[in-house]
Amino acid sequence: MEFAGTSKKVITAREAGLVACTRCNRAWPISHSRCGRCGAKLVSRDAKSLQRVWALWIVGFICYIPANIYPMLRTRQLFQVDESTIIGGAVDLAHHGTMGIAAIIIFASVVIPLGKFWAIAFLAVTIRATEGAAAHRKLWLYEMVEYIGRWSMIDIFVVAILSALVQLRGLATITPGPAAFFFALSVIFTMLSAQAFDPRMIWNGLPNEDEAPDHA
Amino acid sequence: MSDAATPITGNMPLDELIVCPQCDAAYRLRKPEKGERAVCQRCHKVLIAPRHKAGKQIIAVSIAVVVLIIAASVFPFLSISAAGRSNAVSILDAALSFTEGPLLVLSLLTAGFIIFVPLLRMLLTIYVLVPVVLDRPPARHAIRAFRLSEAMRPWSMAEIFALGCAVALVKVADLATVDFGPAFWMFGVLVVLVIVQDGYLCKWSVWNSLEHPKKS
Ligand SMILES: [Zn+2]
Ligand SMILES: [Zn+2]
Repeated sequence: MEFAGTSKKVITAREAGLVACTRCNRAWPISHSRCGRCGAKLVSRDAKSLQRVWALWIVGFICYIPANIYPMLRTRQLFQVDESTIIGGAVDLAHHGTMGIAAIIIFASVVIPLGKFWAIAFLAVTIRATEGAAAHRKLWLYEMVEYIGRWSMIDIFVVAILSALVQLRGLATITPGPAAFFFALSVIFTMLSAQAFDPRMIWNGLPNEDEAPDHA
Repeated sequence: MSDAATPITGNMPLDELIVCPQCDAAYRLRKPEKGERAVCQRCHKVLIAPRHKAGKQIIAVSIAVVVLIIAASVFPFLSISAAGRSNAVSILDAALSFTEGPLLVLSLLTAGFIIFVPLLRMLLTIYVLVPVVLDRPPARHAIRAFRLSEAMRPWSMAEIFALGCAVALVKVADLATVDFGPAFWMFGVLVVLVIVQDGYLCKWSVWNSLEHPKKS
């Protein structure tokens, strides 16, 4: 039911002497600086966005280090106090035989954040694609980062639920550790970093004539 | 059939164009028929995906979500018991469980991500869409309201919290017995409705109806 493309050439707003609003998709003459429909700032290609991407990336990365060093959870059971870091907690879960849950935590708290740092850095460094296939791969990576990045928050929510729920005085109590704070900040800053990225820059180096007709 | 996604030619009025926010490709606008979608030829981003009577359905779902969020925040969510001791918590308790020093900030963020951001988004959607559905002029500051609602989209994390619950339950299982309160089931329904609401909402159609009211 989708519109099949019939035409070979795609004309960008920039080539047509226009600037597009990325929020509401409206086109304006290139001289306009604000969208008349939704009020968003108009920039044809947001070259400054890379500075913001990197600044937020660095803050996010710095926060990720203490997030892994400090304990995430403090568990008091009778007279025994356990402090576990993100990775330590997942390893404990794996030892208890709940491999599936351990995998979710490792995926959300280690694989996604590290993958995201790599993906954003890769996109920011090699931003312009020179051929169509590379552009599509980069766009796919960008969409993955945008879509999946938020799910890292899951570990924070687990800690929140456990700390609220497990308050059995004298028997067992769970309290959050400082890592929770740094981890949440790290997720927030990498989300902001990904949002600052302007995906239109990916297509800049691409000659439009090479654009293959669409068979979607 | 194809001209909703036809690249532009020559001079045409700017409000008859739509530009892809991901790759800057400009197209002549033609509103897709029911069940059709306008998709960017170059990067495959969905540009317009209108649904029949979407407005009324979205409003109905949004109202249901508002009621569920409020109810789910106050009713008991989960309770645990072990060796004669027990503890029951609401979702608000879980969100506000970070109480020490800088962790307090984390409490406010968590409460925002799982309760207030989803709630505010639903209220803003109702506020913006009710006049549109009734063929009235847009509500005061409707544009600002919809902008805010769209900006909050990535920060609405109810579905992530739901997966967090599942992980937390497995972690608690060998420590104590867990009982589900009414809010637990309400929250489950709520997560599904939030996802449905998000799928029904065509961003472009809303912007368009705010710009050209009464012309549907
Ligand atoms: Zn706009
Ligand atoms: Zn596109």
